[in-house]
Amino acid sequence: MNSSTKNQDPRSQKNIQNFSSSKFPNFDICIIGGGPAGLEAGIVAKELDANVIIIDDNPVLGGQLIKQTHKFFGSKAHYCGVRGIDIAKILTDMVDELKIDVLNNATVVGYYDDDTLGVLKEDKLFPIKAKIYIFAAGASENMLVFENSDLPGVYGAGAVQTMMNVYGVVPGKRALVIGSGNIGLIVPYQLLQAGVEVAAIIEILDKIGGYYVHAAKIKRAGVPIYLRHTIIQAKGKDCVEAAVITQVGDKFENLKGTEKTIECDMILIAIGLSPLCELLYQAGCRIDYVPELGGNVPYHNENMMTSKSHIFVCGDLACIEEASTAMLEGKIAGAKAYETLYKENKKSNEIIVQANKELSNIRSSPFEQRILSGKEKMR
Amino acid sequence: MKGYITEHPILEFKRGKKVKFYFEDKEIEGYEGLPIAAALHAAGIRVLSISERYNRPRGFFCAVGKCSSCLMEVDGNSNVMVCMEPLRSGMRVRRQKGKGQKQ
Ligand SMILES: Cc1cc2nc3c(=O)[nH]c(=O)nc-3n(C[C@H](O)[C@H](O)[C@H](O)COP(=O)(O)OP(=O)(O)OC[C@H]3O[C@@H](n4cnc5c(N)ncnc54)[C@H](O)[C@@H]3O)c2cc1C
Ligand code: FES
Repeated sequence: MNSSTKNQDPRSQKNIQNFSSSKFPNFDICIIGGGPAGLEAGIVAKELDANVIIIDDNPVLGGQLIKQTHKFFGSKAHYCGVRGIDIAKILTDMVDELKIDVLNNATVVGYYDDDTLGVLKEDKLFPIKAKIYIFAAGASENMLVFENSDLPGVYGAGAVQTMMNVYGVVPGKRALVIGSGNIGLIVPYQLLQAGVEVAAIIEILDKIGGYYVHAAKIKRAGVPIYLRHTIIQAKGKDCVEAAVITQVGDKFENLKGTEKTIECDMILIAIGLSPLCELLYQAGCRIDYVPELGGNVPYHNENMMTSKSHIFVCGDLACIEEASTAMLEGKIAGAKAYETLYKENKKSNEIIVQANKELSNIRSSPFEQRILSGKEKMR
Repeated sequence: MKGYITEHPILEFKRGKKVKFYFEDKEIEGYEGLPIAAALHAAGIRVLSISERYNRPRGFFCAVGKCSSCLMEVDGNSNVMVCMEPLRSGMRVRRQKGKGQKQ
């Protein structure tokens, strides 16, 4: 974002009217976010013959996938064994082939009363209007509060993954990772691949949060995982130089006398993600608090429709899950958006039936029980 | 250039051309087109700004333009999100103090 708009609030409605919308025709369907969910939604809707635009704030499409160097799990139909970066390439190629309109380096900054989006690109703010919006903006990393947690060196684990795998820069030499979910297990392994030391992974619960395979791999590489541990302090003058961790008791209270100082210049926070639903608040969509789905999430029905019939959601923005389910939800949202605008047909129907079948297959695993009960709660 | 991953078992990095830019008036090198934050961290610079009230050092947090933890002064403009803003030749980058000099 640049700053020539800095004196005025670029998001004010008055401001947006100063820009001509003639260059940007009205669209049937506008998709906000070009990650796996948004791309699948766009591909499906375009294949069904809707007029689609995808807006993303990055220079390249793919969302989280552009930094996932590991091979994905799941079934063949869901790109099992394919690296995230390669899935991004496959989806991006499809978007190119279908000649879907894409607006890169463009951030959606507002949703206005007349159902127009405010889009900021290279210092210009302009409106985009569509009959239907599909929000697929993903999620942002959660922060953790402890003494000196504002010191440079305390980073989101995904942030370091972006720096390292997208830009080829590692912002430190020795890392401590907080949280043992899949992100907390995968990122340290990729740090090792990039030649960075990993001091340890700590986890406050008494069991590892992520998949067993990922945990086994990182343990084999010699990285200890301390269960029932938390961080209480970062040490350092200008940047992180060490971290103090402690064991916790049954009520997660810090156990006195168990503190340990770990030398590190990076503390990676991998304690979960929160859906990015600010724009949906602006649009007046109902937001529910459902911890199983990641906290505050936009209400949506099984068709991925929110409380507003012209707004759909999919992927991590609808519930924190994984790329395979994000893609399937994207397909459903894309096809349902099409059906809302035009009419149900054999092809759209098939897409939805097939995607739902695959979704319930994935969600039948014990790992996914949480998601199912969360979605149940919302209904 | 130092500070960049050169050998990686899976990835190959295609980078733009080398350019000179300035951090606090000191000349450093970086690759054109990568975010300013990447160039600074490759050069070992991790403190991006100083907080408004307690003068505490601040660094990036999300690296994807979502948290505003990385705002710096670039070419005289305050509040530039350096984890997203691409590096260009001759840019003048400064640590921002609080809300910045120029509003
Ligand atoms: C370390 C790690 C490992 C993972 N491993 C796996 C795995 O092995 N298997 C698996 O299935 N999943 C995995 N995942 C999860 C998977 O990457 C995500 O669930 C998936 O990417 C979510 O897709 P999405 O399209 O909903 O969101 P995202 O991929 O986050 O895409 C959203 C896009 O929208 C853009 N955007 C956001 N706001 C705006 C705005 N206002 N204007 C314009 N654009 C905007 C974002 O920049 C982004 O490009 C992993 C995730 C991480 C972090
Ligand atoms: S680090 Fe979060 S916006 Fe730049």
